[in-house]
Amino acid sequence: MASLRSTSCLASASAETDAENLCATELRLGPPGVVVGEDAPAKKPSSVGAKRALESTGPSADDEHDTAAPAKAQVVGWPPVRAYRRNTFHQSSASSAAAKKSGDEQQQQQGGLYVKVSMDGAPYLRKVDLRMYKGYRELREALDLLFTKCFSASAPGTHSSEGCSDGQFAFAYEDKDGDLMLVGDVPWEMFTSSCKKLRIMKGSEAR
Amino acid sequence: MTYFPEEVVEHIFSFLPAQRDRNTVSLVCKVWYEIERLSRRSVFVGNCYAVRAERVALRFPNVRALTVKGKPHFADFNLVPPDWGGYAGPWIEAAARGCVGLEELRMKRMVVSDESLELLSRSFPRFRALVLISCEGFSTDGLAAIASHCKLLSELDLQENEVEDRGPRWLSCFPDSCTSLVSLNFACIKGEVNAGSLERLVSRSPNLRSLRLNRSVSVDTLAKILMRTPNLEDLGTGNLTDDFQTESYFRLTSALEKCKMLRSLSGFWDASPVCLSFIYPLCAQLTGLNLSYAPTLDASDLTKMISRCVKLQRLWVLDCISDKGLQVVASSCKDLQELRVFPSDFYVAGYSAVTEEGLVAISLGCPKLNSLLYFCHQMTNAALITVAKNCPNFTRFRLCILEPGKPDVMTNQPLDEGFGAIVRECKGLRRLSISGLLTDKVFMYIGKYAKQLEMLSIAFAGDSDKGMMHVMNGCKNLRKLEIRDSPFGDAALLGNVAKYETMRSLWMSSCNVTLKGCQVLASKMPMLNIEVINEWDGSNEMEENHGELPKVEKLYVYRTTAGARDDAPNFVKIL
Repeated sequence: MASLRSTSCLASASAETDAENLCATELRLGPPGVVVGEDAPAKKPSSVGAKRALESTGPSADDEHDTAAPAKAQVVGWPPVRAYRRNTFHQSSASSAAAKKSGDEQQQQQGGLYVKVSMDGAPYLRKVDLRMYKGYRELREALDLLFTKCFSASAPGTHSSEGCSDGQFAFAYEDKDGDLMLVGDVPWEMFTSSCKKLRIMKGSEAR
Repeated sequence: MTYFPEEVVEHIFSFLPAQRDRNTVSLVCKVWYEIERLSRRSVFVGNCYAVRAERVALRFPNVRALTVKGKPHFADFNLVPPDWGGYAGPWIEAAARGCVGLEELRMKRMVVSDESLELLSRSFPRFRALVLISCEGFSTDGLAAIASHCKLLSELDLQENEVEDRGPRWLSCFPDSCTSLVSLNFACIKGEVNAGSLERLVSRSPNLRSLRLNRSVSVDTLAKILMRTPNLEDLGTGNLTDDFQTESYFRLTSALEKCKMLRSLSGFWDASPVCLSFIYPLCAQLTGLNLSYAPTLDASDLTKMISRCVKLQRLWVLDCISDKGLQVVASSCKDLQELRVFPSDFYVAGYSAVTEEGLVAISLGCPKLNSLLYFCHQMTNAALITVAKNCPNFTRFRLCILEPGKPDVMTNQPLDEGFGAIVRECKGLRRLSISGLLTDKVFMYIGKYAKQLEMLSIAFAGDSDKGMMHVMNGCKNLRKLEIRDSPFGDAALLGNVAKYETMRSLWMSSCNVTLKGCQVLASKMPMLNIEVINEWDGSNEMEENHGELPKVEKLYVYRTTAGARDDAPNFVKIL
């Protein structure tokens, strides 16, 4: 019944520095130290995907500073918390004077802004709530999470195990006029008010 | 046995309250079937679409207590589109026609209308208990009908329902002659209630044992109420803000002192830390405590209170309690059986102050622990193995690591071994939810060891169809399987089709199942309903994106004697 107190502090610190060094985080489905000849499609942990700096085609003016800050991504129905509890918390964070999240409350109370997201090669679309994100970085991290999770063992030829942030994909969106635009050119608020649909395109198609 | 008079056989059956046993005896012969069905007092319908309401009412005309469950569990997390179904109407109507002796109705995840509540209130002269959990579709007007017409009402228990607020009048609808209330829970009602009506209602309910108020009830009203309820065993407070007059809080303390029978506390809406100290005198006698709706309390507030609760058996708390706080729980609450630690931050990779350390501490200090729901931001195999050794009595183990697919933080390995230890050591495990980075191996362990497992929840896990097949082939007692965002496809779906007849239901969303696979299943198993749920009509876009077979977005499979349901919306296709 070993006490794990002393070791886990060290572990989380080293995990964070490792996140910046991709080689050190190469995942194998086996005990450490054993070289596996033929890997099943190695599932990269999403912690790596979420923390590493994403290749961006737009302004990366967001706070890229600490890889320790967790990605504020939102996936429908995750974490598995009853709607009743979520709604109650939106109420209480709005009414309590000691609310930790300030600007986000207003966003959340206005209700969701769900847009469809399609990715070339993916079998079906997803939906994300744009109001859940503070900026482009969080949105990209959320999309990375959404699209790398399910498709890694499905059709061959999808580059899903590397996530959609390895530079092979471009993020585009359809605006109110129906034009296909590159994500990241305009300020975030302008983007959320004009974005109707998101599209993750294969690098070869995106000019 | 067939030579005994009916009354004797019926008397013998009365020693078999469990539904399973009564179902068994009714299969023996026609005579027993008749005797059993006419003497059945309580019926449990786990899936409202598994059987027709009329059929249940016809078979059990003398039923006194009916329980019906509607939507699949993942509906709690918004994975089931609104208007999917689960309507209470047909059940209440069928009972109104055929089972007038009905006294108790319990419904979970169903859509209940005000009209149905009105019908309910008028159709059953001996009706005394209504319990609605996670339901929707009704307003306080429906509650007004119940209050007005159910003369013998002893229990009105509303848990986490979505209720439209049409004003406070419903509570005033309890007539002066209503003195039979034993349990009243309106914590989920969003609007105000009339304090005077509430006080008067409580005053004329000498048998009141459980009272859960909503957020609108002030400390003042609470204090006044508690002066009238010395026999109260379970209390859900109203709001405990620090916008208080000290006098009200002193009144509260003296009122609480009189409640010697009080064992369980919940509510604590908007609770300010200062208010908690007024409750300290009660702590030593508490067996149940729910602080999970009090995000304004920090770890030290929580531990100051919980460290006094030495008899605690059930604790629900937010993750702000932190690992250190859980260590205090572990050293103070030696009788703890159930622990739920909820997240205060709902982002996917959000911050949580609890980790594997807190869980290990609890397992060391609370060996009686048998039920766990734990949200945290990281876990290790070593911790889970330790927990499994310390607490082999788990019947319910639900672990949710906030970030999908996150590995062991120390070794970067999948958490297969950790969960493997849980299923191997906890031989009585009936319910399991897994999370973190998991390969097919964890499912191999589950299939091999989790022989008592009845419900399994899977998210973002596994590598291939083999994973799901391990579970389908190995878990002999599996009743409910729910899966999301995992790479299981047609081979897994069709790997053991006979199994579905022994299960209540299967849910799969964002997996790799295709329409063709579902069609094959439907053709092989006519006694199942295969519901293919596609929320959007973007079928054109789906074709564009790939040249393969269309994948099914959401799939719900359940055994049924009722055939395809006729109330399905147009986005549900029943094969």
